[in-house]
Amino acid sequence: MQLFGLADCNNFFCSCERVFHPELRNVPVVVLSNNDGCVIARSEESKRLGLKMGDPLFQVRDLIEANQVAVFSSNHTLYGSLSNRVMSLLARYTPDLTQYSIDEAFLDLSGLGDAEHLKAYGERIAAHVRKATGIPISLGIAETKTLAKVASKYAKKYPGYRGCCMIDTAEKREKALVGFDIKDVWGIGRQLHKALTYYGINTAADFANKKESWVRGKFNVVVLQTWKELNGISCISVEELPEKKSICTSRSFAEQGITDLSVLEEAVANFAASCSEKLRRQKSCCRGITIFAYTSRFRMDVPHHAIHQSMVLHIPTQSSAEIIGAALHVLRSNFRQGIYAYKKAGVILWDISSQRQVQQDLFDPVDRTKQSVLMKAIDAINQKNGRNKIRVAVQGTDVRFGLKREYLSKQYTTNINDIIVAKAE
Amino acid sequence: MKEIQLTFHKAVTNGPAIAPLAQDSVIAGFPSPAQDSFSPEIDLNDLLIAHKEATFFVCISGESMRDAGILDGDLAIVDKSLAASDGDFVIAYVNGDFTIKQLRLDKDGKRGWLVPWNKQYPDIEVDADDDFRIWGVVTHVIHSMKKGMGHDK
Repeated sequence: MQLFGLADCNNFFCSCERVFHPELRNVPVVVLSNNDGCVIARSEESKRLGLKMGDPLFQVRDLIEANQVAVFSSNHTLYGSLSNRVMSLLARYTPDLTQYSIDEAFLDLSGLGDAEHLKAYGERIAAHVRKATGIPISLGIAETKTLAKVASKYAKKYPGYRGCCMIDTAEKREKALVGFDIKDVWGIGRQLHKALTYYGINTAADFANKKESWVRGKFNVVVLQTWKELNGISCISVEELPEKKSICTSRSFAEQGITDLSVLEEAVANFAASCSEKLRRQKSCCRGITIFAYTSRFRMDVPHHAIHQSMVLHIPTQSSAEIIGAALHVLRSNFRQGIYAYKKAGVILWDISSQRQVQQDLFDPVDRTKQSVLMKAIDAINQKNGRNKIRVAVQGTDVRFGLKREYLSKQYTTNINDIIVAKAE
Repeated sequence: MKEIQLTFHKAVTNGPAIAPLAQDSVIAGFPSPAQDSFSPEIDLNDLLIAHKEATFFVCISGESMRDAGILDGDLAIVDKSLAASDGDFVIAYVNGDFTIKQLRLDKDGKRGWLVPWNKQYPDIEVDADDDFRIWGVVTHVIHSMKKGMGHDK
């Protein structure tokens, strides 16, 4: 039986801030979008206060102050770093990890033991990631990706699951879907939710129990796929999954895999180009770029290696040239020539914002090509000398874009000048 | 996004830029002649960092650990994945600050003390009600000897 695990970091951005602020563990936390415009991440406590995704800061300022909500500007450098750590740990527990967004990944858990062992295995994964990185995760295990997502939401909601919920039998499936709101199912958007409600469908079970012919007659093939997945028939690939927060392109390679850098470069450049196209199609820009590449974990006779590396651009971009350049830069600095055969690779774009915000750039006299050369030089200098001082030049650019980051935490894991200070007093 | 900025001193200068894995272990004495040109560089990451995903760097500020050889401005390497046991040096979070102390636990593990290594400072007794968290276990402390070459230059 094929089994998918979905590991989802709980309230990821807020959890990242809490790693370095233990005093906030039971306190409401929110993270703001670039420019401190609106709420883009909430801790459970903040959700309970009624704060919503996308709430503009000025509208909820009173609520935030009255409840002493801890407020942070987006610190994507920090989130990228902790995401790398989480993904790297997860990769140890599966022959095939597919990172799906900055804070989610699929683990192929097929054939890793019977149900009882697998549940214990899942709990161990969650406990290890939490202890090692400080980031709590919820792991859902099921026969399809859509069901794995349902399971991970149960794991997140009920501490009794100890970080891992498994939907591996028809009885468990039925039980889980009866208690699951149809609008929270992966791929059910607002319009579709309206339509389903019209037909009296309120829970995932209501939908799953409809006849296939009924679904076929009323909806398109994507909805049918979701219906099949809820009924335990796996048919959605990672690329087809809905996700607004990030854009991903990945592929497995045939035969022995890729050992040669130039071949892998070509593949990664293509993934990056395809992601950039998707990005421009939805009129967005991104700042975060993640590259991943894995060797086969099934082959015991060849050495294993996994690359998961994220970088954060200084300015949001949608240019293929810039995104490809960044992706290749990350790849080259992590690639090991000649030793490893990479079976799978991909590119993820994240920290996505509307292009409107960045369009002032068109009226900017700065030559973007020169600017990118400058960035590279700055990066090189910063790598040698630590970041802060040279960043001033770049922060100057931020000022030009009017970027506000009043509540920015430090780069605890990527800048030696920003590490935690322990008082010996 | 390099996490560490250490200067690595080359121990071998004629090896390839990327060294293949050495297959045979070396038990004192002569290495296999077949392998002699393929030794990987000595890498402080390998020596000092057992769990890279769980490793964080922490700057020490203050004198309370002086007698343990942990001095103001030192760089601590902290492993969050290790369970802290009696006698470990730990980064703890106490009343709103990170602090470095030695952890002492009584036999049943119910009472604990954060013990400074400097007679001028008191032990801190910790219990569940205190705002107390063992954040990570200190595995190494790097003390720079050459002026201008430390992490906080």
